[in-house]
Amino acid sequence: MKSVKDLVKAHGSIILLRRSLSLTTRALAEKTITIREAITQAMDEEITRDDRVFLMGEEVAQYDGAYKMSKGLWKKHGDKRIVDTPITEMGFAGIATGAAMAGLRPICEFMTFNFSMQAIDHVINSAAKTYYMSSGKVKVPIVFRGPNGAAAGVAAQHSQDYSTWYSQCPGLKVIAPYSAEDCRGLLKAAIRDDDPVVFLENELIYGQQFAISDEALSPDFVLPIGKGKIEREGKHITLASYSIGIKICLEAAKELEQNGIDCEVINLRTLRPLDEDIIKTSVKKTHHLVTVEFGWPQCSIGAEIIARICESDAFDYLDAPPIRVTGADVPLAYAKTLEQNSMPQVSNVLKSVKKVLNK
Amino acid sequence: MLRLQPNGRQLLQQQQQTFPTVVSTIRKASSGGTLEYDSPKAYKLHMLEQGPSTHVSCNREEGLDFYKKMQVVRRMEASANNMYKSKLIRGFCHLYSGQEAVCVGMKAAMDKNDSLITAYRAHGWTFMMGVPVTGVLAELTGRKTGCAEGRGGSMHMYAPNFYGGNGIVGAQVPLGAGVAFAHKYRGESNVCVALYGDGAANQGQVFEAFNMAKLWSLPCIFVCENNGYGMGTSTQRASANPNFYTRCEYIPGIWVDGMDVLAVREATRFARDWCTSGKGPMIMEMATYRYFGHSMSDPGTSYRTREEIQDVRKSRDPITSFREKVVQANLATEEEFKNIDNEVKKIIEDAENHAQNDPELHVDELYSHVYSNPPPGFKIRGCDNFTYKEISK
Repeated sequence: MKSVKDLVKAHGSIILLRRSLSLTTRALAEKTITIREAITQAMDEEITRDDRVFLMGEEVAQYDGAYKMSKGLWKKHGDKRIVDTPITEMGFAGIATGAAMAGLRPICEFMTFNFSMQAIDHVINSAAKTYYMSSGKVKVPIVFRGPNGAAAGVAAQHSQDYSTWYSQCPGLKVIAPYSAEDCRGLLKAAIRDDDPVVFLENELIYGQQFAISDEALSPDFVLPIGKGKIEREGKHITLASYSIGIKICLEAAKELEQNGIDCEVINLRTLRPLDEDIIKTSVKKTHHLVTVEFGWPQCSIGAEIIARICESDAFDYLDAPPIRVTGADVPLAYAKTLEQNSMPQVSNVLKSVKKVLNK
Repeated sequence: MLRLQPNGRQLLQQQQQTFPTVVSTIRKASSGGTLEYDSPKAYKLHMLEQGPSTHVSCNREEGLDFYKKMQVVRRMEASANNMYKSKLIRGFCHLYSGQEAVCVGMKAAMDKNDSLITAYRAHGWTFMMGVPVTGVLAELTGRKTGCAEGRGGSMHMYAPNFYGGNGIVGAQVPLGAGVAFAHKYRGESNVCVALYGDGAANQGQVFEAFNMAKLWSLPCIFVCENNGYGMGTSTQRASANPNFYTRCEYIPGIWVDGMDVLAVREATRFARDWCTSGKGPMIMEMATYRYFGHSMSDPGTSYRTREEIQDVRKSRDPITSFREKVVQANLATEEEFKNIDNEVKKIIEDAENHAQNDPELHVDELYSHVYSNPPPGFKIRGCDNFTYKEISK
């Protein structure tokens, strides 16, 4: 057996190191895959399954994807199914949308959702609204996917979180997955769905390993769009979050456990349509709510959740005002300390939970 | 006294020079059963050694058919004008009157499985792509017998292979390239015709679409309907290069006399052959004219004179000039044309009847067709916390 150091030298990749460790240290290994692998597999399977599905975007073919999300796909499926575009978002988002109107099923990748702003007219006016305007005559079965929100040290123009902008628009389905299972099941569902879908990934967790069941690895595994998941059951307080927010919620929950505080973590999975029932049921049980997200506070997903809770009978079950944890209300700085403190951390969640529980 | 923008006068003079009367040529050329003539100035070429045939012709059946269709569009738009003034049509209404030869001539050269997409001056195209006049006029008045059940209105009409009706200037061009992409992807020998105006011709996304269409050899005919004005701004004031058929240095282009329905058809045949033989996209510029303003809220006389408009009507109207040619070629009589006019009148009247009397959708329908595939238990919120509609598939 090679030493760990040799493995690292040979492969130079943390992912493979962790893979090797898990293979050698856990004899009857539970399968794990990274989010990256989940997304690549999901695209591969759907492209194989349905002739009409194709992937279009910058560097998706010969470069294997800017973040390697389409690794191996061009070699396997060729030029027709995996299409490299010039750096012209408005143009290729329009072309992809037109192709969807004409019956194909494109996956349009934005290298990051920051660049989707160049093409946002097509996402909203050409894709989201057309089925309604045509009174059901023209479907737009397109998926716009790519990394959303902050990466590390990429500064303000490359770090915006578009969850709230897209989730505001009727006609779109907006998915913000967390785990590898979420990504597999929801991306496959999105590609099979006849409506336009915005699929918001997160670059910071592309490399994170997740346990995955055999069922979730089967080629017809799909998850329902519009349904959240209880990521961790608890009885004292509800933490409602999505995407990378779940990571800090789970870390906070682990710490709070030691203080005798039992958190229920709701993974929204889909932002539009929002699964308000899962949140209401949880709030009726725990009587306390904190929402957690990485986007800016004004008009945030948390603001929407709290409004809906207050407008419903779940309000009567609250023992304290619900509050939000969000990114700081500033464009994102480059310097490390500034950046770290502009994004929510476990400490923000701990503080908020304790405040709400009056501890 | 209204000041005519210099370019307007130039435009008129230029057009008058280009189109000498062809009366004697027609009488000579058309001997039995056909109208034929030479129109040497009907085209200008960019990056093409050879262009469409300048010798154009049609038989009696085609002649009467083209006339009737152009007349339907003309009268339909006149009806829309009246109904708008009576407040039966609201919002935006952009009329196609004057441009009829483009939609009739182009469609005559298209295959039934070709696709088309245009901007908001779409009523004529909607009719030509298969929607009956009732479907257009009732859509304008927002009734449920409209082709989008009243949900879309003037700018959002659709039919099989017809992707609207698009409100955002220029957006339809990459969408059209995408439809062409789908034709090629599926191995079909069809084209997508993607139309845009002289105003839209400077949009960045148009050039992005040109680039990808050429790179990938998409079977897309990009057509600039140049009617001289983008809203109130003439082509000279908006475009550093107003020769729209030359705007792409790597896609061949043809300028066409858009007031001559036969020249339009001939040029479209040429372009279609080009695109379906794997040579990639082509650009066409249709030199045409709109009699009404940009939309119903624009009288159309603050940036051009009434004199200019009347001159075009007198000397270059696509319908009357074609009718004259058909009569001169002894293909049909004035009497027959009068009968056609009466038929058209009836069609429009019947459609107006529907447009004015058919009901609107029930108010509950405002919640329908948001998704084609709503999740189970999906509900849509209305204007307050007590108004929700459950949607099932």
